[in-house]
Amino acid sequence: MVSWLSAEGLSVRRGGRTLMGPVSFDLTGDGIAVVMGPNGAGKTTLLRALHGLERRRGDVRWGDAGLAAGRNQAFVFQSPVLMRRTVLDCIAFPLRLDGVARAEARARAEVQATRVGLRVDLGGAVEDISGGEKQKMAMARALIRDPGIMFLDEPCANLDGRSTCEIEDILTQIRDSGTRIMMSTHDIGQARRLAGEVLFLHQGKLEEQGIGDTFFDAPKSKAATAYLRGDILL
Amino acid sequence: MSDFFGGIAQAARLILTLDPDLAEITLLSLRVSLMATLIASLIGLPLGAWLAINRFPARRTVIALLNGLMGLPPVVVGLFVYVLLSRSGPLGVLGLLFTPTAMVIAQVIIITPIIASIAHQAIRELWADYHDLLISLGATRRQRLITLIVDGQRPMLTASLAGFGRGIGEVGAIMIVGGNIDHATRVLTTAISLETGKGDFEMALALGLILITLAISVNLVLHTLNRTERGSRW
Amino acid sequence: MNLLKSIVMGAATALFAVAAHAEDMKMSVTTSFANSGLADVLLPEIKADTGINVQLLIVGTGQALKLGAAGDVDAVLVHSRPAEEKWLTAGNGTHRREIMYNDFIFVGPSDDPAKAGAAEKATGALQAIEAAKAPFVSRGDDSGTHKMEKRLWTAAGIAPEGDWYRAVGQGMGAALNTASGMNAYIMSDRASWLKFANKGDLKLVFEGDPILFNQYAYMPVNPEKHPHVKHDLAEKLEAWLVSDKAKALINGYTLNGETLFTFNAKTE
Repeated sequence: MVSWLSAEGLSVRRGGRTLMGPVSFDLTGDGIAVVMGPNGAGKTTLLRALHGLERRRGDVRWGDAGLAAGRNQAFVFQSPVLMRRTVLDCIAFPLRLDGVARAEARARAEVQATRVGLRVDLGGAVEDISGGEKQKMAMARALIRDPGIMFLDEPCANLDGRSTCEIEDILTQIRDSGTRIMMSTHDIGQARRLAGEVLFLHQGKLEEQGIGDTFFDAPKSKAATAYLRGDILL
Repeated sequence: MSDFFGGIAQAARLILTLDPDLAEITLLSLRVSLMATLIASLIGLPLGAWLAINRFPARRTVIALLNGLMGLPPVVVGLFVYVLLSRSGPLGVLGLLFTPTAMVIAQVIIITPIIASIAHQAIRELWADYHDLLISLGATRRQRLITLIVDGQRPMLTASLAGFGRGIGEVGAIMIVGGNIDHATRVLTTAISLETGKGDFEMALALGLILITLAISVNLVLHTLNRTERGSRW
Repeated sequence: MNLLKSIVMGAATALFAVAAHAEDMKMSVTTSFANSGLADVLLPEIKADTGINVQLLIVGTGQALKLGAAGDVDAVLVHSRPAEEKWLTAGNGTHRREIMYNDFIFVGPSDDPAKAGAAEKATGALQAIEAAKAPFVSRGDDSGTHKMEKRLWTAAGIAPEGDWYRAVGQGMGAALNTASGMNAYIMSDRASWLKFANKGDLKLVFEGDPILFNQYAYMPVNPEKHPHVKHDLAEKLEAWLVSDKAKALINGYTLNGETLFTFNAKTE
């Protein structure tokens, strides 16, 4: 299969210290690519480096040329970035940067709000809505440019079960609509439910790459085995 | 206590009879301090924003200096401006001493550091919040600045109002550079000082109450305007 | 951004509304003169007769002379002869013209514990206060009034110091406020005292010694030193100040039924 994203010797250094890498991998499947690992393994750094938020070393190649373009990528942060605006205007913001007229941007924002199932007053201030709704707002904002690939960093880290469930439904729906998804999580259950491909990071290094069920049922590396068994927390 | 209630009664009488002298000094107070706030905002707000999002070697020094200047004693500023504008001083030919313009200049010097400092603080927080999102969405430098200014409107308004509050209540500097000339440079604070000197505490208190009312009214009006504007923005 | 726009427009309108008057002139005067209320009578008449809008800078004698020396005012009206002569010698003014005088008085607690009121001369009153170590508030601001007070102490043969002698370093009104709060003795010009609203337990205890007379002099700023000063207006004002009309207004000015000033300008 042709890989849609491959990295070769990718690493991030800061202040003379290596935060992550070097890692090398190829992603080929159609499913959601899940980056797993305990806290501090470098999951966030890997996603940010791929998206261009961190200065990186090594090669990153996009199999699909369209994915390389910045505006074709979207990033959903672990804690949603709340702008000092209404919910609707937060979602419409990327389109406003693209020069789309306010009325049209808002109309398209409403479509995305419906798509992610936001159940709030779209004209209210975004600070006032619940954590789960904030994360949905962030996903609607990420989706509004119709990205080719969407990165999500621990999207359900601070959410309750119901919100987590809703976000996972939205993620599968986005995947089915053809957008590539690469996300990190340290929730093994969530990884099991969503993963097509798995990248398992431990202490900044890629310990194992596998396909969903195969990885969970029979991890090859010692670190992944221990982690799945619940022996590694850090 | 008799002075206190007498002051309230006197204030009511002056306002209800639309005392022309009172109207004149109140309007001059407003004129001088609003003009000073406007000029100080035009300098201080962009300076504060610029300091918040740019990194350069002397940045910390500049910020420390700015915070230090917030505590400038008005009397010293007044003396400084007096020496500059005096006929025997370097800018004497302009003939600005003992004019409202001289008072505006002194107040600009006093309140610009306050406005810049508060704006810097506010924009720095906003920039920390927005940084990743704006980079992720590929916002240009110009778009980033505009976004921060638009979303930072309320804290920046607060900064300007803090400057205005300091200006309209200030007496040390404008007494020296304005001269407290009746019908020319007399404002509320210098009139209060004069009446206190005459031992007329009732009148001084009445003027004081009017000054406080004025300061609060300006704050309320601007906050209300800002709130009504918010709904239709973006 | 409509908000910002309206603020800019409003402020710009406000600034340009401050138009300059053609016939303005500036004169620095002492606080005691301004507090007397005489200025409120004279200024409108001056404007009506000469068209000059006299803008008063009300400061202490020291600062009044300093403003004149710097060329920041067109004339000064003060009351401290030695300082005035020093100022003229330095070339700051064209000449000195005596206009009028008022007098100083001693004010103190209503029961007059030092019996200063029983003295015959002003120096005797001061000696009584010093002997009783009764609290005395001094301006201590190098103003004309303060200089007069120091001359009187010297004449009384006393170098005032100690807990009872409080130099506040402020204007007449503030000093009176302090004396009222402490129930202390103080020397004041009569006008400031009569106008003073916060008397508390204080009352006038001594007056009338000719040594307490306080001569006001008018001095135009030297146009050779400061070419920009409005010397023609200063001369016009002087002519009015020594006129019969001014004489009538000054002598006729009363406060609580008391005459405050005596016109004594000599015609040249």
